[in-house]
Amino acid sequence: MSVVLDRLRTRFPSEVASTHSDFGDDTALIRRERIVEILTFLRDDPELLFDFAMDLTAVDYLGESPRFEVVYHLYSLEKRHRVRIKVRLHEEDPVIDSAVAVWPGINWYEREAYDMYGVVFRGHPNLRRILMYEEFVGHPLRKDYPKAKRQPTIGPEE
Amino acid sequence: MAMNPGGGGGYSLSTLESMVAWGRKYSLYPFTFATACCGIEVMGAFGTHYDLSRFGAEVVRFSPRQADVLLVAGTINYKMAPVLKRIYDQMLEPKWVISMGVCACSGGFYNNYSVLQGIDKILPVDVYIPGCPPNPEGIIDAVVQIQKLIETGAPRAADRWPIK
Repeated sequence: MSVVLDRLRTRFPSEVASTHSDFGDDTALIRRERIVEILTFLRDDPELLFDFAMDLTAVDYLGESPRFEVVYHLYSLEKRHRVRIKVRLHEEDPVIDSAVAVWPGINWYEREAYDMYGVVFRGHPNLRRILMYEEFVGHPLRKDYPKAKRQPTIGPEE
Repeated sequence: MAMNPGGGGGYSLSTLESMVAWGRKYSLYPFTFATACCGIEVMGAFGTHYDLSRFGAEVVRFSPRQADVLLVAGTINYKMAPVLKRIYDQMLEPKWVISMGVCACSGGFYNNYSVLQGIDKILPVDVYIPGCPPNPEGIIDAVVQIQKLIETGAPRAADRWPIK
């Protein structure tokens, strides 16, 4: 097992559901309850120092339970290593704590995941749609969003 | 326009409408609403090689209040649609609209949740240019088509808008 996953598992033994390093990509599946604490640890631990949140996105596994998955891609400019953190969320309660307090740059990624998948980031300072317009109904990258659905055209704002 | 049959100096007869149309025809000021790769072809059409100024349409106006032709070049999504409509509303009469490329004409291959399926859902379009993207020749042809509309006094698309 890699240094990163080893350290994460030692520190949070009950929070890490599973890990793998397939194709050289360290990946950890985490329970959602203490996610901010875990991300802060990944950022601040002197052996890990994940100072750069490269990406956050969501995945819709329609038909599975839990249905949604939030994926964090982290990179350490200091140590030059990467880790992928995954958290599964249930369809009826797609809520996770916001990581904006850990990395301010993750703000817009969380807004995008909210816009496209309807994942709610609790504690986000400005959780509004970022790509679609306010009047848009639904979350278009969910697998059950109708392919041919069209939204009403909005007029000029007066 | 009727010229002096003798061919020498003298007078010519015309109607006011045809004189105005003749003037408009060679002084079309385009407003380019370029949102995608079609915009690059528009630049090519204005450049020295294709030289749209041969047809009197080279003075690009970036204020809609000074423009005659709205040249919509590129993909228009639902979020952009109210902006485009407002720019069209700000243009002074008489005005014409060219829809350039399949994205503006019908949405093209962006048959999805975010892209307007043709700008004729919100605007009256006079000339459509097919292609992805069309050549600069397509833009020149569209300008010539607009000139023909002006010359013949044909009704504009705005006159039969909205389409029932």
